[in-house]
Amino acid sequence: MKSFAYYPGCTMKTTGKAFEQSAFAIAKVLDIQMREIERWNCCGTVFSLTIDDTMHHMATIRNLVRVEAMGESEVLTLCSMCYNTLKRANEFISSDPVRLSELNDFMYKEDLKYSGHVQVRHLLEVLRDDVGWDALKAKVTNPLEGVKVASYYGCALVRPEGAGVDSLEDPTVMEDLVSSLGAEPVQWQSRLECCGSYHTIGHKELVFERTERIVSEALKAGADVIILSCPLCEFNVGSRQPEVAEHVYGFKQIPVLYFTQLMGLALGIDPKELGMDDEAILKLIREKVEV
Amino acid sequence: MIELGTHTKSRRDILDKVERISEVDVFSCYQCGRCSGDCPSINLMDILPNQAIRLLQLGEVELVLASKTIWICASCFTCTSRCPKGIDIARVLEALRQVCLRKNIDELDLNNIPEEERERYPTIAWVSALRKLSG
Ligand code: SF4
Ligand code: SF4
Repeated sequence: MKSFAYYPGCTMKTTGKAFEQSAFAIAKVLDIQMREIERWNCCGTVFSLTIDDTMHHMATIRNLVRVEAMGESEVLTLCSMCYNTLKRANEFISSDPVRLSELNDFMYKEDLKYSGHVQVRHLLEVLRDDVGWDALKAKVTNPLEGVKVASYYGCALVRPEGAGVDSLEDPTVMEDLVSSLGAEPVQWQSRLECCGSYHTIGHKELVFERTERIVSEALKAGADVIILSCPLCEFNVGSRQPEVAEHVYGFKQIPVLYFTQLMGLALGIDPKELGMDDEAILKLIREKVEV
Repeated sequence: MIELGTHTKSRRDILDKVERISEVDVFSCYQCGRCSGDCPSINLMDILPNQAIRLLQLGEVELVLASKTIWICASCFTCTSRCPKGIDIARVLEALRQVCLRKNIDELDLNNIPEEERERYPTIAWVSALRKLSG
């Protein structure tokens, strides 16, 4: 069994519950142990881009101190934005002894000093590099034959260079995952496009436009479902669809799932344990596969 | 008509600061326009990302600081990933936001968000919006 410190991030406990629930369900089947960090705090969700802003990395790095306090050396994340923020802050702080000691000075109340040696991993990486596609295939009891899946990466999983789980412009990890589940990955245009992110609060018209484009491209490519790995993308590309339909004449909707939910269906896990109470999605998948 | 291209001391100071905290030399941009061509947000911008860089080169710092563009950019890093000159445009725009935010000039006013909408937004949207758009 492979063991990780698990960093949930703020949204896994609220609107992203289904992501966490389905991740734990598939981790159990795949013999991955996820131990939630005690007293974790929000990572800040966005990596501060200015170089003189060390304070803004403190909340992020504090979580890594706690990973070390658990005796773990790798921390697993589900959310793309947490992954991006933790990974980049870790790299930024740990690569410079001056910054690292400055930050440790700020965190003088922690029991430990941060060594700079924690590795930040995303579940998709672990599936590819630690579990392996063949081992995953061997666990599939309900191959999702005939289900056409559009993998949506968005920004934080791949950009910028060096911060992603895969190649910057031509990632394949999600498509490889889809194939391993017996489903069919579709080739489509908008998989690396931004969903509008936090502008969902102040400029939802921007998000509507983006969602309209992303969803239409997926449908045009023949997809039955979009999978993704970020609770903010899910809100924008998934939950916002009915509103987009009100604004854009002729807009057609498409089910959106976390990749862990799609995996769970292929691994024969009860949809209720995957946080899937959406009958429409299940009906669509049931039409193709007996779940 | 706006007269372009005067590098006063105060403009130079702001530009120096932007270059220092973003670690980008804006003068290495050769105006190919690739960043703007690939930016998904230009519909809501008043100046294009490459124009923002050009205006900085010309010393028109105030114009850029007053633009919608710096706030509409969501740091998606598409431009950064594709600039043939290796310019991290997303960092320049963040530095410009920081110049405003560090003076306590916030972009997001929570009072403008209708009450009934506030409850449904995910935590991650709140945290990122507040970190990017308020000081
Ligand atoms: S892509 Fe780079 S070089 Fe081209 S206009 Fe934009 S910043 Fe300048
Ligand atoms: S980082 Fe900003 S300017 Fe660059 S492509 Fe994305 S939204 Fe446009």
